[in-house]
Amino acid sequence: MNRTAFRENISAYLFLSPWFIGLLVLSLGPMAVSLYLSMTDYTMLESPNWTGFENYQRMGSDPRFVTALKVTLTYVFLGVPLQLITAFSLALFMNRGMKGLSLFRAIYYIPSILGPSVAVAILWRQVFGYEGIINDFLTKFGLEPRSWVGDPSTALYTLILLLVWQFGSPMIIFLAGLRQIPAELYEAASIDGASVFSRFFRITLPSITPIILFNLIMQVINAFQAFTPAYIVGGGQGGAMDSTLFYTLYLYIKAFTEFRMGYASALAWVLLVICGVFVWLLFLSSRKWVHYES
Amino acid sequence: MTSANIRKRNAYTKTVIAIVFAFVMLYPLIWMLSSSFKPQNLIFREMGLWPSTFTLENYVNGWRGISNISFAVFFKNSFIIVLFSILGNLLTCSMAAYAFARIRFKGRSFWFALMFASLLLPHHVVLIPQYLLFNSLDWVDTYMPLIAPKFLAHDAFFIFLMVQFIRGLPVELDQAAKVDGCGHAQIFARIILPLVIPALVTTTIFTFIWTWNDFFSQLIYISDPRKLTVALALRSFMDSMGQSSMGSLFAMSILSLIPIFAIFLFFQRWLIEGIATSGLKG
Repeated sequence: MNRTAFRENISAYLFLSPWFIGLLVLSLGPMAVSLYLSMTDYTMLESPNWTGFENYQRMGSDPRFVTALKVTLTYVFLGVPLQLITAFSLALFMNRGMKGLSLFRAIYYIPSILGPSVAVAILWRQVFGYEGIINDFLTKFGLEPRSWVGDPSTALYTLILLLVWQFGSPMIIFLAGLRQIPAELYEAASIDGASVFSRFFRITLPSITPIILFNLIMQVINAFQAFTPAYIVGGGQGGAMDSTLFYTLYLYIKAFTEFRMGYASALAWVLLVICGVFVWLLFLSSRKWVHYES
Repeated sequence: MTSANIRKRNAYTKTVIAIVFAFVMLYPLIWMLSSSFKPQNLIFREMGLWPSTFTLENYVNGWRGISNISFAVFFKNSFIIVLFSILGNLLTCSMAAYAFARIRFKGRSFWFALMFASLLLPHHVVLIPQYLLFNSLDWVDTYMPLIAPKFLAHDAFFIFLMVQFIRGLPVELDQAAKVDGCGHAQIFARIILPLVIPALVTTTIFTFIWTWNDFFSQLIYISDPRKLTVALALRSFMDSMGQSSMGSLFAMSILSLIPIFAIFLFFQRWLIEGIATSGLKG
């Protein structure tokens, strides 16, 4: 290696040194440790004993784990598609012939920016509570009031609605994507006499598929890790009959209220695998439905 | 009717729909704002938006805080964490980004791929060992576990953002500086940094929002009442009071949203461009 190349390497590693330390101490090292802990019975009070795959095997017969998984999968697979459909519809609505586009785009973005906060989770708890504005509205139509967040059959749906409400940032990404579709495509299509319907399915939708994939991946990863709303609405527990026991909330309870660090580490690895599998499946399926410009 | 007229009418209809939709969407937030100015006994009796009696007592009572610690303390705590998080991210992410974007070194594509992969890694996998590490350093109940990772370029998203940005700058600038005898440290500090200010602003804004909204890591690490952040204080406030002081809880919730809302008002162009070009999550 010549001297210049050597010096370049040294400079690069100096610039990267904080990141390298972080990678080692905060990511790679902890990943290895958590994989090890997941195969122990570590509780923070006693030193860890090797238990092999016992933690993983125990999950199958742990009713709260099964509940947490069901709740989270419902949240992700109902919430994310609904959120993205809302985002896409709004983007289509605003893309053409809209006055004050930038103003409305900004207004619709407000829930995305405020939504993850504790304050909004508190607000949601009140809005869908027994004395909330939803009931106030419904009783005007003679409907029975109920506590939407307290009823196990509806509590999760209020949180799904909170996720859908934060459609602003995928909407902005969709809008940016719609703007990139070459106008010539539409001009050519209208010369050929294509209907609005076929223009949408032949031009708009295929052109936007890479962005749908991107939004799906980002929002699925996000939704799997959601925590704050479930914590606040359920008061630190899983809500009525564990109906809002998000996976991350269960992990938190195991690790930081019961101090069962070994089991919680196993939970974390299962979450990683589930997330990984879904992202991988999305990528795999994308060959069939995502159109890249040739 | 002429086609111009039809187009005009369509635009008008669209605007009306957009306004109605925006109003419905923001209604809960507006309701919280208006309730925070209503006397406690009216909040759940009078659901309309305009307070018939206007009062500031919820703000006065709420500001007193929890067990004699005023909300001023919690706001100060949150701002301290935000400030150091921003400093850390700006410094270390820009350094890493410069190396990835401008220096040819062995293993660059490998490390870059690893950095990219870390973007998709769920935080929970490293959470428990990180906690044990910070616990062994006696950092639990200090702000170090929240701040130190930012000084180790742990938010890879910003590295990625800045790499993209630096790659867009003409390489001739560096080469000219090199000819003049500048080393990497000087090229980085004198040439690249001033040109990536837009990316630095985006990083600052998003670090502010994410740190301010963060609840999970603060919940895990902070428990001393004097060290609580705004998010944690709101939660304690909610737990310690019943429906009877909902007004104060609303008032403090509104205050807690003001810093992010201010960022939104002043920097919305940056925010929206940041999302549109790099897919930053809100």
